[in-house]
Amino acid sequence: MSDPHTPMIAQIAQAPAQGMITLRGALSARKIAAAARAVAGVAMPGPLECRFDGARGIGWMSPDEALILLPRQDVAEALASLQKALVGVHATVVDVSDARAVFRVTGPHAREVLAKLSPADLSPAAFGPGAMRRTRLAQVPVAIWAEGDGAFSLICFRSVAVYVGALLAEAAQPGGAVGYFPSGA
Amino acid sequence: MLILTCPYCGVAADETELAPGGQAHLTRQGPGADSAAFEAYLFHRKNPKGVHFERWRHAHGCGKWFHAARDTVTLQVFGTYPAQSLTPPDTILKAIAATYPGFEWEGEA
Ligand SMILES: [Zn+2]
Repeated sequence: MSDPHTPMIAQIAQAPAQGMITLRGALSARKIAAAARAVAGVAMPGPLECRFDGARGIGWMSPDEALILLPRQDVAEALASLQKALVGVHATVVDVSDARAVFRVTGPHAREVLAKLSPADLSPAAFGPGAMRRTRLAQVPVAIWAEGDGAFSLICFRSVAVYVGALLAEAAQPGGAVGYFPSGA
Repeated sequence: MLILTCPYCGVAADETELAPGGQAHLTRQGPGADSAAFEAYLFHRKNPKGVHFERWRHAHGCGKWFHAARDTVTLQVFGTYPAQSLTPPDTILKAIAATYPGFEWEGEA
Protein backbone atom coordinates (compact mmCIF):
# COMPACT_ATOMS: atom_id res chain seq x y z
CA MET A 1 0.00 0.00 0.00
CA SER A 2 2.94 2.35 0.49
CA ASP A 3 4.67 4.21 -2.27
CA PRO A 4 8.32 3.15 -2.03
CA HIS A 5 9.42 6.70 -2.85
CA THR A 6 7.53 8.31 0.03
CA PRO A 7 9.01 7.91 3.49
CA MET A 8 7.16 6.51 6.47
CA ILE A 9 6.07 9.28 8.85
CA ALA A 10 7.94 7.59 11.73
CA GLN A 11 10.49 4.84 12.10
CA ILE A 12 9.54 1.75 14.05
CA ALA A 13 12.21 -0.58 15.38
CA GLN A 14 11.92 -3.49 17.76
CA ALA A 15 14.76 -3.08 20.22
CA PRO A 16 17.15 -5.95 20.72
CA ALA A 17 16.91 -8.00 23.90
CA GLN A 18 16.34 -5.58 26.76
CA GLY A 19 17.00 -6.47 30.37
CA MET A 20 13.98 -5.77 32.60
CA ILE A 21 13.44 -6.37 36.30
CA THR A 22 10.13 -5.78 38.04
CA LEU A 23 10.48 -4.45 41.56
CA ARG A 24 7.38 -4.43 43.75
CA GLY A 25 7.17 -2.89 47.19
CA ALA A 26 6.87 0.52 48.83
CA LEU A 27 8.87 2.54 46.30
CA SER A 28 9.61 5.35 48.74
CA ALA A 29 10.96 3.00 51.42
CA ARG A 30 14.62 3.88 52.01
CA LYS A 31 16.02 0.38 51.54
CA ILE A 32 13.99 -0.29 48.39
CA ALA A 33 14.83 3.04 46.76
CA ALA A 34 18.52 2.58 47.62
CA ALA A 35 18.62 -0.98 46.23
CA ALA A 36 16.99 0.17 42.99
CA ARG A 37 19.36 3.09 42.67
CA ALA A 38 22.37 0.85 43.20
CA VAL A 39 21.53 -1.30 40.15
CA ALA A 40 19.81 1.29 37.94
CA GLY A 41 22.14 4.22 38.53
CA VAL A 42 19.26 6.68 38.89
CA ALA A 43 16.97 7.76 41.71
CA MET A 44 13.49 6.27 41.99
CA PRO A 45 11.22 8.22 39.59
CA GLY A 46 8.06 9.90 40.81
CA PRO A 47 4.57 8.89 39.66
CA LEU A 48 4.18 8.71 35.85
CA GLU A 49 7.89 9.35 35.32
CA CYS A 50 10.93 7.47 34.13
CA ARG A 51 14.59 8.21 34.69
CA PHE A 52 17.50 7.10 32.59
CA ASP A 53 21.24 7.35 32.68
CA GLY A 54 22.58 5.78 29.50
CA ALA A 55 21.45 2.19 29.11
CA ARG A 56 20.03 1.98 32.62
CA GLY A 57 16.95 3.46 34.15
CA ILE A 58 13.75 3.03 36.14
CA GLY A 59 10.17 3.42 34.99
CA TRP A 60 7.26 4.09 37.39
CA MET A 61 4.60 1.46 36.74
CA SER A 62 2.24 1.85 39.71
CA PRO A 63 2.37 3.10 43.31
CA ASP A 64 4.06 -0.17 44.28
CA GLU A 65 5.78 -1.26 41.08
CA ALA A 66 8.90 -0.09 39.30
CA LEU A 67 10.48 -1.42 36.13
CA ILE A 68 14.26 -1.42 36.14
CA LEU A 69 15.78 -1.34 32.65
CA LEU A 70 19.35 -2.39 32.06
CA PRO A 71 21.49 -4.29 29.53
CA ARG A 72 20.33 -7.88 29.21
CA GLN A 73 23.73 -9.32 30.17
CA ASP A 74 23.65 -7.45 33.50
CA VAL A 75 20.29 -8.80 34.69
CA ALA A 76 21.56 -11.81 36.66
CA GLU A 77 24.05 -9.75 38.62
CA ALA A 78 21.52 -6.97 39.30
CA LEU A 79 18.91 -9.48 40.42
CA ALA A 80 21.35 -11.06 42.89
CA SER A 81 22.33 -7.63 44.18
CA LEU A 82 18.68 -6.60 44.66
CA GLN A 83 17.80 -9.84 46.41
CA LYS A 84 20.74 -9.41 48.77
CA ALA A 85 19.87 -5.79 49.52
CA LEU A 86 16.20 -6.60 50.14
CA VAL A 87 16.54 -9.51 52.56
CA GLY A 88 13.89 -9.03 55.24
CA VAL A 89 12.20 -6.23 53.28
CA HIS A 90 8.61 -6.64 52.03
CA ALA A 91 9.44 -6.51 48.32
CA THR A 92 9.77 -8.78 45.30
CA VAL A 93 12.14 -8.68 42.35
CA VAL A 94 11.60 -10.73 39.20
CA ASP A 95 13.44 -10.94 35.88
CA VAL A 96 10.77 -10.11 33.28
CA SER A 97 13.13 -9.60 30.33
CA ASP A 98 11.53 -12.45 28.40
CA ALA A 99 7.97 -11.32 29.17
CA ARG A 100 8.01 -8.11 27.22
CA ALA A 101 9.10 -6.65 23.90
CA VAL A 102 10.44 -3.12 23.44
CA PHE A 103 9.80 -0.85 20.46
CA ARG A 104 11.38 2.47 19.63
CA VAL A 105 9.36 4.98 17.65
CA THR A 106 11.33 7.88 16.19
CA GLY A 107 10.98 10.56 13.56
CA PRO A 108 9.06 13.83 13.29
CA HIS A 109 5.65 12.21 13.64
CA ALA A 110 6.52 9.60 16.29
CA ARG A 111 4.21 11.26 18.82
CA GLU A 112 1.35 11.30 16.37
CA VAL A 113 1.77 7.64 15.43
CA LEU A 114 1.37 6.68 19.10
CA ALA A 115 -1.45 9.15 19.73
CA LYS A 116 -3.45 7.68 16.86
CA LEU A 117 -3.44 4.30 18.59
CA SER A 118 -3.94 5.25 22.24
CA PRO A 119 -6.58 7.12 24.27
CA ALA A 120 -3.83 8.63 26.46
CA ASP A 121 -3.12 12.36 26.29
CA LEU A 122 0.23 12.29 24.49
CA SER A 123 0.31 16.02 23.67
CA PRO A 124 3.72 17.69 24.21
CA ALA A 125 2.31 19.59 27.20
CA ALA A 126 1.04 16.45 28.93
CA PHE A 127 3.70 14.00 27.84
CA GLY A 128 7.13 15.60 27.72
CA PRO A 129 10.57 14.02 28.07
CA GLY A 130 10.77 11.78 31.13
CA ALA A 131 7.03 11.07 31.19
CA MET A 132 5.85 7.49 31.35
CA ARG A 133 2.34 6.19 30.98
CA ARG A 134 0.76 2.76 30.93
CA THR A 135 -2.17 2.75 28.58
CA ARG A 136 -3.80 0.90 25.73
CA LEU A 137 -2.49 0.65 22.17
CA ALA A 138 -5.47 -0.44 20.07
CA GLN A 139 -6.44 -3.68 21.80
CA VAL A 140 -3.47 -4.39 24.07
CA PRO A 141 -1.85 -2.90 27.18
CA VAL A 142 1.44 -1.05 26.74
CA ALA A 143 3.70 1.34 28.61
CA ILE A 144 5.11 4.32 26.73
CA TRP A 145 7.83 6.70 27.78
CA ALA A 146 9.09 9.87 26.14
CA GLU A 147 12.78 10.36 25.61
CA GLY A 148 14.51 13.73 25.39
CA ASP A 149 15.14 13.65 21.65
CA GLY A 150 11.56 13.36 20.46
CA ALA A 151 11.79 9.57 20.42
CA PHE A 152 9.52 7.24 22.30
CA SER A 153 9.92 3.76 23.70
CA LEU A 154 7.10 1.34 24.22
CA ILE A 155 6.86 -2.01 25.94
CA CYS A 156 4.19 -4.63 25.42
CA PHE A 157 3.81 -8.29 26.26
CA ARG A 158 5.99 -10.37 23.98
CA SER A 159 3.00 -12.51 23.00
CA VAL A 160 1.47 -9.49 21.22
CA ALA A 161 4.71 -8.03 19.83
CA VAL A 162 3.90 -8.99 16.23
CA TYR A 163 0.50 -7.30 16.55
CA VAL A 164 2.02 -4.15 18.06
CA GLY A 165 4.76 -4.01 15.42
CA ALA A 166 2.15 -4.25 12.66
CA LEU A 167 -0.07 -1.61 14.28
CA LEU A 168 2.78 0.87 14.58
CA ALA A 169 3.91 0.23 11.01
CA GLU A 170 0.36 0.76 9.76
CA ALA A 171 -0.01 4.02 11.69
CA ALA A 172 3.32 5.23 10.29
CA GLN A 173 2.44 4.68 6.62
CA PRO A 174 3.31 7.51 4.22
CA GLY A 175 0.53 10.04 4.13
CA GLY A 176 -0.61 9.05 7.61
CA ALA A 177 0.33 12.33 9.28
CA VAL A 178 -2.61 14.12 10.86
CA GLY A 179 -0.73 17.28 11.75
CA TYR A 180 -2.38 17.58 15.14
CA PHE A 181 0.85 18.15 17.04
CA PRO A 182 3.53 20.63 15.97
CA SER A 183 5.99 18.62 13.88
CA GLY A 184 8.98 17.42 15.84
CA ALA A 185 7.39 18.13 19.21
CA MET B 1 -17.40 8.64 26.74
CA LEU B 2 -16.50 8.29 30.39
CA ILE B 3 -13.21 9.60 31.79
CA LEU B 4 -12.34 8.71 35.40
CA THR B 5 -9.28 9.94 37.26
CA CYS B 6 -7.52 7.08 39.00
CA PRO B 7 -6.98 8.14 42.63
CA TYR B 8 -3.76 6.10 42.83
CA CYS B 9 -1.75 7.28 39.84
CA GLY B 10 -3.64 10.44 38.93
CA VAL B 11 -4.18 9.45 35.30
CA ALA B 12 -7.39 10.71 33.72
CA ALA B 13 -8.21 7.34 32.21
CA ASP B 14 -10.46 6.76 29.27
CA GLU B 15 -13.28 4.29 29.81
CA THR B 16 -11.50 1.85 27.48
CA GLU B 17 -8.47 1.80 29.81
CA LEU B 18 -10.68 0.72 32.71
CA ALA B 19 -12.41 -2.49 33.69
CA PRO B 20 -15.81 -2.12 35.36
CA GLY B 21 -16.36 -3.89 38.68
CA GLY B 22 -20.04 -3.23 39.34
CA GLN B 23 -21.71 -1.71 42.37
CA ALA B 24 -19.47 -0.49 45.19
CA HIS B 25 -19.93 -0.67 48.96
CA LEU B 26 -21.44 -4.16 49.09
CA THR B 27 -21.47 -5.92 52.42
CA ARG B 28 -19.71 -9.25 52.04
CA GLN B 29 -21.89 -12.01 53.43
CA GLY B 30 -19.93 -14.92 54.83
CA PRO B 31 -20.72 -18.54 55.74
CA GLY B 32 -22.73 -17.43 58.78
CA ALA B 33 -25.20 -15.40 56.72
CA ASP B 34 -28.75 -16.57 56.13
CA SER B 35 -29.84 -17.54 52.62
CA ALA B 36 -31.69 -14.31 51.89
CA ALA B 37 -28.71 -12.13 52.83
CA PHE B 38 -26.33 -14.32 50.85
CA GLU B 39 -28.61 -14.24 47.82
CA ALA B 40 -28.81 -10.46 48.04
CA TYR B 41 -25.03 -10.19 48.26
CA LEU B 42 -24.52 -12.43 45.25
CA PHE B 43 -27.29 -11.25 42.96
CA HIS B 44 -29.16 -8.12 44.06
CA ARG B 45 -27.76 -4.97 42.50
CA LYS B 46 -29.01 -1.43 42.19
CA ASN B 47 -29.69 -0.11 38.74
CA PRO B 48 -30.29 3.55 39.50
CA LYS B 49 -31.27 6.27 37.09
CA GLY B 50 -28.99 8.91 38.55
CA VAL B 51 -26.28 8.76 41.21
CA HIS B 52 -24.39 5.47 41.37
CA PHE B 53 -21.34 4.29 43.30
CA GLU B 54 -19.21 1.86 41.35
CA ARG B 55 -15.97 -0.10 41.44
CA TRP B 56 -13.52 0.30 38.58
CA ARG B 57 -10.04 -1.06 37.94
CA HIS B 58 -7.33 0.91 36.18
CA ALA B 59 -6.65 -2.19 34.09
CA HIS B 60 -4.62 -0.64 31.26
CA GLY B 61 -2.65 1.39 33.77
CA CYS B 62 -1.49 1.06 37.36
CA GLY B 63 -3.77 -1.94 37.90
CA LYS B 64 -5.46 -0.63 41.06
CA TRP B 65 -9.12 -0.90 42.00
CA PHE B 66 -10.90 2.31 42.96
CA HIS B 67 -14.38 3.67 43.56
CA ALA B 68 -16.23 6.22 41.45
CA ALA B 69 -19.43 8.18 42.00
CA ARG B 70 -21.20 9.20 38.81
CA ASP B 71 -24.54 9.93 37.27
CA THR B 72 -25.79 7.11 35.04
CA VAL B 73 -28.00 9.50 33.07
CA THR B 74 -25.79 12.53 32.44
CA LEU B 75 -22.43 10.72 32.87
CA GLN B 76 -21.39 13.51 35.25
CA VAL B 77 -18.53 12.23 37.41
CA PHE B 78 -18.74 13.39 41.03
CA GLY B 79 -15.33 11.99 41.90
CA THR B 80 -13.19 8.92 42.48
CA TYR B 81 -11.73 7.64 45.73
CA PRO B 82 -9.63 4.72 47.00
CA ALA B 83 -11.15 1.24 47.09
CA GLN B 84 -10.30 0.98 50.78
CA SER B 85 -13.01 3.54 51.61
CA LEU B 86 -15.93 2.02 53.49
CA THR B 87 -18.08 5.09 52.85
CA PRO B 88 -17.95 7.78 50.14
CA PRO B 89 -15.78 10.70 51.35
CA ASP B 90 -17.47 13.98 52.28
CA THR B 91 -15.97 15.70 49.24
CA ILE B 92 -17.80 13.24 46.98
CA LEU B 93 -21.09 13.62 48.84
CA LYS B 94 -20.75 17.43 48.66
CA ALA B 95 -20.14 17.23 44.90
CA ILE B 96 -23.28 15.13 44.51
CA ALA B 97 -25.31 17.49 46.71
CA ALA B 98 -24.23 20.39 44.50
CA THR B 99 -26.10 18.74 41.62
CA TYR B 100 -28.79 16.98 43.67
CA PRO B 101 -29.54 19.14 46.73
CA GLY B 102 -30.47 17.02 49.72
CA PHE B 103 -28.86 13.87 48.36
CA GLU B 104 -28.07 11.33 51.04
CA TRP B 105 -26.05 8.15 50.69
CA GLU B 106 -28.19 5.08 51.34
CA GLY B 107 -25.39 3.22 53.10
CA GLU B 108 -23.87 -0.15 52.34
CA ALA B 109 -25.96 -2.64 50.39
ZN1 LIG C 1 -4.10 4.24 38.12
